[in-house]
Order: sequence, then structure tokens, then C-alpha cells
Amino acid sequence: MSRSEARPLRITGARIIDPASGRDENRGDLCVIDGRFARKLSAAEARSAVTVDARGLVATPGFVDLCCRLGEPGRSARETVRSGTQAAAAGGFTTVVAMPDSLPPADNVGTVQLLREICAREAVVRVLPTGTLTKGHGGEALAPLGSLRKAGVAAVTDTVSGVQNNEIMRRALEYAAMFGLVVLDHCQDSSMTEGAQMHEGAWSLRLGLRGWPRAAEEIVVSSDCALAALTGARIHLQHLSSGGSAELVRQAKSRGLPVTAEVSALHLLLTDADLAGYDTNLKLNPPVREERDRRALVEALVDGTLDAVCSDHSPCSATEKDCEFDQAPFGAASLETAFSAAYEAVVDAGHAELPTLVERLTCGPARALGLEAGTLQEGTPADFVLLDPRAKWKPSAGALLSRSGNNPLVGRTLRGKIRSTYVDGRLVHGA
Amino acid sequence: MASRDTWTKKDLTGIEELSAAEIGVIFRQADKFLPALAPGKGLDLMKGRTVVNLFLEPSTRTRTAFEISAKKLGAEVVSINTTASSLVKGETLRDTAMNIQAMGVDAIVMRHSSAGSARYLGGVLDISVVNAGDGAHEHPTQALLDAYTLRRKFGEVKGLKVTILGDVLFSRVARSNILCLSKLGAQVTLAGPATLVPASLKEAYPQVRLAHDLKTALSGADAVMLLRIQHERQTTTHFPSLGEYTSQFGLNTERAAWLKPGAIVMHPGPINRGVEVESEVADGPRSVILEQVTNGVAVRMAVLHLCTGAVRR
Repeated sequence: MSRSEARPLRITGARIIDPASGRDENRGDLCVIDGRFARKLSAAEARSAVTVDARGLVATPGFVDLCCRLGEPGRSARETVRSGTQAAAAGGFTTVVAMPDSLPPADNVGTVQLLREICAREAVVRVLPTGTLTKGHGGEALAPLGSLRKAGVAAVTDTVSGVQNNEIMRRALEYAAMFGLVVLDHCQDSSMTEGAQMHEGAWSLRLGLRGWPRAAEEIVVSSDCALAALTGARIHLQHLSSGGSAELVRQAKSRGLPVTAEVSALHLLLTDADLAGYDTNLKLNPPVREERDRRALVEALVDGTLDAVCSDHSPCSATEKDCEFDQAPFGAASLETAFSAAYEAVVDAGHAELPTLVERLTCGPARALGLEAGTLQEGTPADFVLLDPRAKWKPSAGALLSRSGNNPLVGRTLRGKIRSTYVDGRLVHGA
Repeated sequence: MASRDTWTKKDLTGIEELSAAEIGVIFRQADKFLPALAPGKGLDLMKGRTVVNLFLEPSTRTRTAFEISAKKLGAEVVSINTTASSLVKGETLRDTAMNIQAMGVDAIVMRHSSAGSARYLGGVLDISVVNAGDGAHEHPTQALLDAYTLRRKFGEVKGLKVTILGDVLFSRVARSNILCLSKLGAQVTLAGPATLVPASLKEAYPQVRLAHDLKTALSGADAVMLLRIQHERQTTTHFPSLGEYTSQFGLNTERAAWLKPGAIVMHPGPINRGVEVESEVADGPRSVILEQVTNGVAVRMAVLHLCTGAVRR
């Protein structure tokens, strides 16, 4: 990342929301000196400052995404660090956690270093690499977690492979905890999802697509909670999709277990009924489920059971998705529309006020991984967003910055738009 | 709005997309074609046209029926099966089909293991696409010929009680029949083991009745449609053994007596004799299995004629 702006910066007239400090102020000022938030500018600084009139906009901390894929190394036809982080910036994300299922997978120090080098050169937002939990995310032998920690991974996860063996998961948790590494778990009992294409229910029956039952996720959420109780290790449950999973997390938290959880923005907005036209861009892992799941996820996000909204950005090329449904890869490119999707489902639908959603996009995810991000507090890096909650916009395939066009919200009118994104006080998206 | 005798669709991808009136158009067209099934009575309505059978999954009966239907209308037919297809060399379905279209073909009849593939192809191509079975989704011409057979036996489908028995979960025939019979006003019962006839079918199709007990399923039915137990589609065990299936759900003379007097026994073929049906029933007086086959040619002629006639040129 290049150096911060030399001139001080003053954002005026915006509503300022900083959930980490409880600040919610109409027409406040946001000051930046040397790339960090400042309480106010001196008279001399004010004279040389760049002033941005942000009346009518909302200033929030830059968003923190706990789950995305940036293509590199190995899948640059889908995404590059440059295009992926530009998409992140356009979506208001200033810190993104990149999944380790690259080619080769980040199960070794060299791959993590390579990604860090690419990011130092190409990234426009902060990229936090992760490592795999087991070698080749094969679920059998532990990856060198201590070395990965030294190489700078923010967490460890086997992502969509999951760890299917509870004994290995238990030992992995104990071992990772020794280094203070949070384990991210994608909850999927793969013995129940062989060939599965979408949520198992009325729609999978009508469409003749093999179903993916809720239980395939809930069983692993349950076992993870049991292992958290056994080991005391920190587990973060990735992109939960079922109402039952949310309820299990609610119970685990009430028992004081060290468990946190997230939901993807698309799962807050869409249901299995949206797959009626076999749109391969809606083929997600985990699948979007029924309306009652969607509502339960929104409710769990609002009441704090779910700590974070993630993008689960998984770019796939148009060629890969232009085929029969059961032959298409899973995933959607979703960084650029994640805020708008969540805004429509949570705030516009009247389930919560904007500060609650901002919390789940900023200090909520930052806290889950122990990151120093997601706040506007004085002295911290000036990563922030100016957004217009009233703006309507329609994403078009040509205008999106991700290298892959598999965004299922293309053509849909969305509410709430990111106007500008700043990292270290430097404009990385918008005007 | 289209009048009840017009047909505007270039594709037949599923029963879901059809109205009861459109099903009626197909039936009346099939009535006109039935006499042409006699040996030596072919027509020339599709003379100079070419139909490609793109069968990416094994089939003898349906492919043969489509070939004969096209030939009875005077069309040229080319059949491509899985092993001959370049799809095994990694070509995409879109490319394969675009190449066929580029050769000046009028219609593609496709069987494919992927649900939704026929609708996908219909959206890609300008020529007609007829679905001959897409995964566990739909097999519309089978449902049309089944309903056509019921209509010829009973005068009309409305008000009939029809039981579909067997592997409903994996069956495209069952899905298309549920939709077709419901649209025509029949009352449908789905029957079989709970693993193959899950309770969630009631959510997907609120109009149907479910039965896991054979006597309940068959009592008072005007027709029973047997589904083939499909070994190739059951990737996991959904019932203990074929013998256990037969003992619980196989149709024999004794059990067929639970049906209404005058009720008929139907099967889409190929039959597993001694598994879902005993020979004494399959060959017995209630069986209309061979009439289904004959009607299938007339119905497929009607579909090919109507769909290719609706292509904009």
C-alpha cells in the first residue's frame, strides 16, 4: 500500500456512526492527520486541510470482511488481488480476510509470503491472509500452524473442505489456541451433501436438484460447540445458512462458550425460491435456504447472536458458470453489493437501525478475530466509508470491478450505496 | 392472449410451462396423428426438416420413440449418444448445441443427466428444443403420453384418482406427471417408501396426497402409475434391498385387486419384472403399458410438429 496523504483531511457535515465508541452524531466532523483519525485539526492544519463536504452522507468505519477469495495465487482468471481489492473498496471494505484455498493452498509459509508480496504491490485495501488448518485442507494432517502464525496469518481454516474428523478438529483447535489463532470453520457434514446442489426442501424437489439439508450444517455447528466446550479454543463459525444453526449459536453463547459466527449478505436477502430459474450465479455453498431461515438469520444478526456480516466473495468466471446447474462451481462475486444486500434485508426492511448493521460490518467482525480495525477512534488508521443510505442503484455486469461477473444481484435495484472509501486517510474508491 | 387452439412455444422443456389449454392442443394434434401410426401410413409434414436426438444419458425406448415420431412426419433424424458425443472431450453443452444448430437443424431432442439443462438449452438456441428427460427434473413427453392414455381410456382426465407408486424422489416422470395430472384436474396420490416419497413432497406439491401403505395408496384408484426402481440414480441406499421393496410395494394380482374395478396399470418402462411389478399384472388385462408406447409416438409427433412450427424463421 502506498503512503498516506500528506495533507490533513476534514470530512464535514456527515452523520458519523462509530459503534465501537457508541458515537452516532448528526453533522459531525471527521479529521485525519498522517493517515490516522485525529480529534481535531490545529489552525495551521485546518488551513492546509483538504475538506470534503459530506452533507447527506453517513461516515462509518471501513468494513471488515471475514471471508472472501481474491484469486491469487493460482486462480487469477477468476480474480486478482488488484481487481478483488478494488471490488472490496467499492463495497466499503477496508480490511478483508482472504481464504487459504488458493492454488497452491496456503498451507505453507511460502504461499502466505507470496500472497503478502502480491498484496504489498497490488492491494488497495488491507488484506489479511489465512492459513489452512490441515495440509492441503485435506482434513488429515495438521498444517504448520506456528510457522503460519509467524508468517502473519490472521486465522486458520480449511474453508469449504471442512474438517470431517472430530478427533482431528479437536487436536487442531488445541494446537491453534496455543498460538492465539482463531479457527474459522465452514460447517458442512460432507457425507450428507454428496452431489447436493441447493437447499433441501420444496424447491429442490420441484427442480429435481439434489438437496442439501439444514442438518448437514447444524450437525457440525453442534460438534464445534461441543469441541469449543472441551478445548476452550476460539471457533468462528463461517457463513451460517439455517435458522437452526443460529439457534445453536445462541444457546452456545448463553452457556459462555468461546464461539462467534457470521452470515453472508446474500443469505440475509435471498431464498431457495430465487433458484426457480436455475441461475448458476445463485448456486452457493452453503445454499440459500427458506424464508423462515432468512428471517431467523436477520433476527440473529440483529440480536447479536451473529457477530458479523461477511461477503463470502467467491468469484467464478462467466465460462465456468455458463453450463448445466449441477456442473457449475459454487459461489458468487459479492463484495461490491454486500452492504446494499444487507441494508435492504436488515435496515430497509425495518428490523434494525443503521448503527446495528454498521456494527456487524465493522467492530463485530474485528472483535471476532481480535483485529485492530473497524473504528473511527482517535489515533487508529483512518479507514472509513462515506455512504448514502437513500441512494438507489442497479449493479450492471460491465460496471462492477470484480474480474468475475457472477454476482446474482446484477440488474436488481438496490438501496444504499458506498460513495467513497478511504484507507489510511487515502481515497481508494469513489470521489 | 392466445386462443385455445394455438401453439406458440418453440420448446417443450417441461410441463410446468404449459397451460391446460396447451396440453389440450397437443392432445388434439395427437388424435390427428394416431391413424398415421399404422404401417405404411407415414406423413410428410416435416419433409426436408432435420431432428437431432442428443442423448447424453442411456435410453432406448424414448430415443427410438422420438426417432420414429420424426420419421413418421417425414423428417430426417440423426441420433447422437453419449459415447459418440464430443462432450466427453470437454466441449460444453452450449458449444455442442450451437454446432448442431449451425448445421441447419430444425430441432434438438435432448436427454441429459442435469436438471434444468433443457430450459438452459432452449434459452441458448433459436431452434426447437424438446426435453426428453433432464436429470430428476422433468420428462414432459412421458407425462403427456400418460395423460393422453388416461384420456383415451376414461374420456377425460378430470376427476380421476391416480396413484404414482415407487421412486418419486429421483423420478422426472413423477414430477412431470404430478404437474400434468394436476393441471388436468386429476387427484394424485404419491406412494412408496418414506425415503423415496419424503413428507416434503407435500410442501412442493400441496395438491397431492402421500401414502406409505400400499393398500391405502391403491384403494379407490382409477389408475396406478408404476415407476421404475432406478438403480443408477440412487447414489445412497434408500431402501434395504430389491426383495424388501417388492415385499412392501411390488404390484401383484392380489394387490391390484385393491384398485377400482376397471382401473388401469401403467408403467413408463423399462419394466423390472418381479421388482416393482409381477409379470401377471404387467401382462394382465388391466395393463395399458403397450398402449402407452403407441400413444407416445403420436404425442411426440404432435410435440415435434407444434414446436418446429412455432420457430420464427
